[in-house]
Amino acid sequence: MARLALLLALLAGTAVAGPPDAARQDQLRHLVRQDCGSCHGLRLTGGLGRPITAGALAGRDVDDLSGVILDGMPGTAMPGWRPLLTEDEARWIADYLLTTETE
Amino acid sequence: MMLKATLAALLLIASPALADELRGTGDLGLIVEREAGSLLVVDRSERAALGRIEGLGDLSHASLVYSPDERFAYVFGRDGGLTKVDILTRQMVRRVVQAGNSIGGAISDDGRLVAVANYEPGGVKVFDAETLELVADVPMGSKTVGIADAPGSRFVVATWDTGEVWILDHSTDAAQPAVTKLEGIGANPYDALLTGDGRHYIVGLFGEKGLVQVDLWQDPPKVTRFLPDYGKDLPDLPVYKMPHLQGWTLAEGLFALPAVGLHQLLWVDAADLTEIARTDLAGQPVFALARPDKREVWVNFAPPDNDKLQVVDVLTHEVLDTLTPGKGVLHMEFAPRGREVWLSVRDEDRVEIRDTRTREVLGEIEARAPSGIFFTDRAHRTGL
Repeated sequence: MARLALLLALLAGTAVAGPPDAARQDQLRHLVRQDCGSCHGLRLTGGLGRPITAGALAGRDVDDLSGVILDGMPGTAMPGWRPLLTEDEARWIADYLLTTETE
Repeated sequence: MMLKATLAALLLIASPALADELRGTGDLGLIVEREAGSLLVVDRSERAALGRIEGLGDLSHASLVYSPDERFAYVFGRDGGLTKVDILTRQMVRRVVQAGNSIGGAISDDGRLVAVANYEPGGVKVFDAETLELVADVPMGSKTVGIADAPGSRFVVATWDTGEVWILDHSTDAAQPAVTKLEGIGANPYDALLTGDGRHYIVGLFGEKGLVQVDLWQDPPKVTRFLPDYGKDLPDLPVYKMPHLQGWTLAEGLFALPAVGLHQLLWVDAADLTEIARTDLAGQPVFALARPDKREVWVNFAPPDNDKLQVVDVLTHEVLDTLTPGKGVLHMEFAPRGREVWLSVRDEDRVEIRDTRTREVLGEIEARAPSGIFFTDRAHRTGL
């Protein structure tokens, strides 16, 4: 049920907003590095949170990851970022994590 | 004659700072430039940067401690690097990569041992402060948090995954510490602090409500849970950055503690560990630091409120001022006697210096994505 709601929300989000523009992408890259980096490490190689480099996330998909970004992981320290991100932005971040080689 | 003086002056400028320039280090400090992997050496009196020490690896979440002579610093990097630097010559002295992923460290009260708390592999490694040779390796089977130095060559640390507190006593045999393990502390300790007298180790829990105090004066150490249900009546707010506890401070017989998942500061009577007041804040508090005279507590915040600072009155528990230094206020460090405070403003690549009474900006130093600021007086404080 929650999954269905998420799916609907995702679809709705896609319909209303568009993918983030270049300026917003810069902000999102900064957010990944700094704010995700608080727990996952500046280089995303892990800290209190698990590593989230492209290698570490191999096999995950954008839907799955954007869901985790938006709603967090109950029972862990991973918060839901829905108050700060749109669904398109979460999908953009998920794709960015899956496809970007971190140094 | 004139030429000679000019030459001498040129030589001084050209050479890296020589230790025999004879200067004290009591007004010096280091600022972590987290992305650049460098440290900025700063002079508090001049409100200026003296130079940089580079090549320290991944310094996200880096912290450091000072040798008793306030000349050397031991820097704990995220990438498991332990680096000893000389702040007078501004050079790296030694560097070892001792683990895969580290979170912090401490130096023993005699200045001979440096302990590093590691996430990967989980546990604590202890090094000779002079040589950085490994002295003791204590695997704990868990990520470790909140390491602190206790009097008598002891280190205290909490374990995130297993909810324990370990006390390592190196006083008899540095290589074979006597270990006291306290189990069942609580779910997911995320950080801890040791009071300045080295008596009370206070552990914050993320996995459940409440906090734990360990009284190290008792034998065996006495464990007391407190505020077991703070915020039970309020919905949990997302925590976008874990609070830090090292700055929790005892002021006027009170602890001022950042709540987790609530935008509040909790005031707790240190004598009986009961809550006596709460202060509503502008966001999720990260550091709640008492000004050295203990008259005020200064608070910074997790995203998205990390452009702000709030100043709270210790007597009335009311917010006196809300300041907005800029984007990404990550850390605050007070001058030892509290006259000014240095603030790292990460996203604006600068450190801002403010008068703690008038709140006016006194100066600014350029720094590359600065995070932690550490003044040398930390060398003489227990529990950092």
